[in-house]
Amino acid sequence: MDRRLALSEIVLLGALGFSAFIGIWTLLSVTGIVPRQFLPTPLDLVTRFIELLSQPFAGSTLPQHLASSLQRYAYGFLLAAVIGVPLGLMMGWFRLLDVVVTPLFDGLRFIAPIAWVPFAALWFGTGIGGPVMIIFAGAFPPCLINAYRGARFVEPRLLEAGQMLGTNNVRMIMEVLLPASIPSIVAGLRVAAGLGWQSLVGAELIVAAAGVGFMMVQAQANVATATVMAGMAAIGAVGLVIDVLLRQGEAIIRRRRGLNA
Amino acid sequence: MGSIRFENVDKVFGGHGNGVKVLDTINLEIADKEFLAIVGPSGCGKTTCLRMVAGFEAPSGGIVSVNGRAVVAPGPDRAVVFQQFALFPWKTVRENIDLGLRNKKLPADERQRRIAASLDLMNLQSHADAFPHQLSGGMQQRVAIARAYVLDPEVLLMDEPFGSLDAQTRVVMQEELVRLARVNPRTVLFITHSVEEAVYLADRVAIMTRRPGRIKEILDIKSLRETENWDRFQRIEEVMDLESFVHLRTHIWKSLREEKAEAQ
Repeated sequence: MDRRLALSEIVLLGALGFSAFIGIWTLLSVTGIVPRQFLPTPLDLVTRFIELLSQPFAGSTLPQHLASSLQRYAYGFLLAAVIGVPLGLMMGWFRLLDVVVTPLFDGLRFIAPIAWVPFAALWFGTGIGGPVMIIFAGAFPPCLINAYRGARFVEPRLLEAGQMLGTNNVRMIMEVLLPASIPSIVAGLRVAAGLGWQSLVGAELIVAAAGVGFMMVQAQANVATATVMAGMAAIGAVGLVIDVLLRQGEAIIRRRRGLNA
Repeated sequence: MGSIRFENVDKVFGGHGNGVKVLDTINLEIADKEFLAIVGPSGCGKTTCLRMVAGFEAPSGGIVSVNGRAVVAPGPDRAVVFQQFALFPWKTVRENIDLGLRNKKLPADERQRRIAASLDLMNLQSHADAFPHQLSGGMQQRVAIARAYVLDPEVLLMDEPFGSLDAQTRVVMQEELVRLARVNPRTVLFITHSVEEAVYLADRVAIMTRRPGRIKEILDIKSLRETENWDRFQRIEEVMDLESFVHLRTHIWKSLREEKAEAQ
C-alpha cells in the first residue's frame, strides 16, 4: 500500500479501470443479459452521439440543446456569484449582517435545488427564468459560504494592519478581505459550478422547453435510450470541462500569489 | 506632539468570574518624542499594553490615552509595526506603503513624494515594485517600518519588530532604527524580550513583573547615553562593550531572572 506508483503505472491502472467498465458494459448489452432496449451498447452510444451532432431531436441538435443549457447555466451561475460572493464578504466583515442573515441562510440552504422546481416554474416559467432560478439555488450557497469563510479566516494581523492604517469599510472589503479570500472564493466557485450544472440538468428534466435535460426527457418518452445516454455523456463531458477550466484558473491565481498550487 | 499615558490600567482576559488577569494597575507616561522600551518575562502582558494603545484591545479598568484623548479605536495617528510584518501579500511594496496615504485622501503628487522619501529612508528604492514574498524577512520589516513612518504618526508602536529576524539582520535593523530615531525623533513604544536591544535603543526601559504584569522598575538610559555620548559609536557591539552598558544590562537581567525564579 505504501509503495509509490510511477506516473506510467497510474495512467495504466486508470486506463485499466476504465476498460473494465466498458468491457463489462459491452458484455452485458451485447450478450443480451440486459435487453439492448434498456442498455445500449457503447457503440450504439457513440453512433447516436455523432448523429445527434447534426440530426435534430426534440427540435434541436445536441449542440443546440447544449448551447441553450449553457446559456441558462451561465446566467444562473453568474447571478449566484455576483450576489453570493459580495454578500459572503460583507457578512464576514459586518457582524450585524452576519447575525441577521446566517440563520435565514442556514434554514434555506438544505432545501435541495430541485425542491424549488414547482415555484421556479410558477414564478419564472419554463423558458429561461425557471431553470436559472434552480441553478441559482444550487450555486448560491457555496459562493456565499466560501466567501464568508475566506473573510472570517483572514489573518487577524492583516485586519489590524488595515485598521491602523485608517482603512474604511469599503476599502477593507475590496482590498483586504477580497484578495485574502480569493483562494477560498475560487474553491467555492468550483463547487458552485459543479452543483449548478447538476441542478440545471435536474431542472431541465422538469421545467424546460429546450436543453439537454429536456432532450433526455423527450427521448425517455420515446424509449430512445441511446439518446438519453448521449445526453448523459454530454452532461458529464461539459461538467468535466467546466471543472478543468476552473481548476486551471485556481492554479494560476495561486501561483500568482506565490502560494504553491 | 505625541504622549502616551496609562492610568491605573487593568486587563482581564476571559471573564464571568474565571477571567485571567494579565495586567495589574499599570501607570506609565511616555513623553513626546521619547523612546520607551518594555521588557518582561513572556506572558507578562507587555504586548497587551501596546495593543491597548493601538486600539486593538480595550482596558478592563483604567484609561489609556494618547495626547490626553482616551484611545477608542485603531487609527493612523498610532502606527504599528508588527512582529510578523503584516504586509499585504497581494500588494507591492509601493502599494503597501501607499494604502495609509490613500486613506488620508492625500493628493497623488504628495503621496508619490512621501512614498519616495520613505523608500529612501529605509533603502528600499530598488524593491518598490516587488511583492513581500519576494523579499527577505529583514526587507519585509523595512517595508513595514516605512509603511508606519510614511503616515507621520504621532506615536509609533513596535511589537517585537525584530523578534523574527536572524541575528545579523537584527543588528543591522537595530542600528538603522537608532539612526532613524535620531534623525526623525518620534514617540515610540517598543516591546522586546531582548535586554540588549532595549538598552541600546530606548531612552527609558520599563521592566515588568510576571503575570499579572505590573511595572516593576523604570530605568533612565538617556541621561547616561548623553553623558557618555554613546552615539559617537557606529556599531552596536562597541556600545555593548561599554562598562555602563554592561552594568545596565546585568541589572535588568537580574531583575528579570528574579521574576522567572519566583515563577518556578
